[in-house]
Amino acid sequence: MTDVTGAVEATDLRKSFKGGVRALDGLSFSVAPGSVFALLGPNGAGKTTTVRILTTLSRPDGGRATVAGIDVLSRPGQVRSVIGSVSQRSGAVSQLTGYENLVMQGKIYQMRRADLQRRVAELLGQFGLVQAARRQVRTYSGGMRRRLDVATALVHRPAVLFLDEPTTGLDPEGRAELWAVLTGLASAEGTTVLVTTHYLEEADRFAAKIAIVDQGRIVAEGNSEQLKARLQGDSVQLELADAHGAELAEKALTRVPQVRQTAADGAMLRARVADGPRALPAVLAGLEAGGVPVLSVTVARPSLDDVYLHYAGRSFRQAEGITVA
Amino acid sequence: MNLVRQSWVLLTTRYLRQLYRQPAVIGITLTQPVIWLLLFGALFKKVTEIPGFGGGNYITYLTPGVVVMTALFSSSWTGMAYIEDMDSGVMDRFLTAPIPRAALITASLAYQAVTTVVQSAVIIALGWAMGARFPGGAAGIAALIAISVLIALAMAGLSNGLALLARQRETLIAASTTLVLPLTFLSGAFLSLRLVPGWIAATARFNPVNWAASAGRLAIGGQSGWGTVGSYAGFLAIALVLTAAASTRAFRAYQRSV
Repeated sequence: MTDVTGAVEATDLRKSFKGGVRALDGLSFSVAPGSVFALLGPNGAGKTTTVRILTTLSRPDGGRATVAGIDVLSRPGQVRSVIGSVSQRSGAVSQLTGYENLVMQGKIYQMRRADLQRRVAELLGQFGLVQAARRQVRTYSGGMRRRLDVATALVHRPAVLFLDEPTTGLDPEGRAELWAVLTGLASAEGTTVLVTTHYLEEADRFAAKIAIVDQGRIVAEGNSEQLKARLQGDSVQLELADAHGAELAEKALTRVPQVRQTAADGAMLRARVADGPRALPAVLAGLEAGGVPVLSVTVARPSLDDVYLHYAGRSFRQAEGITVA
Repeated sequence: MNLVRQSWVLLTTRYLRQLYRQPAVIGITLTQPVIWLLLFGALFKKVTEIPGFGGGNYITYLTPGVVVMTALFSSSWTGMAYIEDMDSGVMDRFLTAPIPRAALITASLAYQAVTTVVQSAVIIALGWAMGARFPGGAAGIAALIAISVLIALAMAGLSNGLALLARQRETLIAASTTLVLPLTFLSGAFLSLRLVPGWIAATARFNPVNWAASAGRLAIGGQSGWGTVGSYAGFLAIALVLTAAASTRAFRAYQRSV
């Protein structure tokens, strides 16, 4: 027996791709059974590579991992029979109907006919696909397809469900629905759910535990409240009159001793300070001295954005490479 | 056995069902060989009169050639389904499920075998309607179909392997076309090798397509050539095993890339 306690254990995973791109750089985390765990990070942080290793699609250069207590590297076949996987791309055969895709999945997992029929009917109902069941998947909307993908991954009642960016491309309503299903799975059926996302708000609202991934490493881990509480202090959010003034403003704030860290996102600038109300006059004075006009100021408790900024040393949006004009 | 069971699941719940949903594909698959038979039949009608060909009915000569050529052409596209599966995420879904890698190959080959049997039977029936005669009888026809399946699966294994390595439609199309046309025309599929330049005849001796065409022609001819038919079929079976094994290994290259 091993001393494995988590439903998913990743230890010091390392992986580089051809051309020397280092995707994983000693990534470790542990997922409690029956919980929803989010790997949160910008595109390119290493989330997909991690999921690919855990679902046996890819092998790491170093480190080890277990899923449901089974070693991913030495027993990939056994891992495959206890996991469900929803990748970024659909995975449904588009010329088959939704019903046929679900039945195929059950047959691959050698489910008995009666059990499979019952399970498929149950999932079609649960995912609102009863009407569409006999239609070819190529006629489905993006949201229906995604629901079918998740239903397919659940046909064989996996112990651990992996979802790689499942909510990308869904409308806000669809995202909320999907998250409701995932949290329900964990609480009602004890399924362990590992989901990757680059939406801070989603991880914040729905995941029991969050691991923040940056450049192939976990930089912080905990539930959303813990992560925020660890960042003592406040966030001062400044709306600048001129988006191009951000650089100037950050420079001006380096001369304000109360400011620990800054991050600009277009005309929005956040400054981390120990005590928001007390630091505010100094912040504003510093900006005025630097000749940066400010439109509005808000003092707030830290958000996950601030958590990310603190641990990764840059703002989430910067890391994503999004430039706001 | 898991390999057989999973191949059967994939063949029936996926490949054959998908084919049934695409009647246009069935139509095109069956029309294409008809065109070859009519076209080459008309184009080369008089070649049997060339001294040295040996006379006889050209449609009788041509039918096994078209059977083999069609098997080769359609199986050379087998890998396209893999590329589609890689693009759509279906491949990753299968690779994370408890399906042996070899079953992914054998399911695809089994599907190709079914297609080839139907296609070959249609061509043989049409050839007969156009005047071809098969002194080898039912056994000869069965042997021709079996041989067309062998060459189709050898080519399909190669096509799957190329698909897993190249992972791009353009590359697979270029490779298939470059391979398939010379293989067909450097064989006795359309013309007796007694009439072609020496170097072509020499090359043809090492060409699996020529093995298949010659073996098929001997089989339906009903002459006493069963030993030759058997040894050609053996060579083709070896080629099939080699390409199927190579394509199973090519999954590793694909997985390294993801």
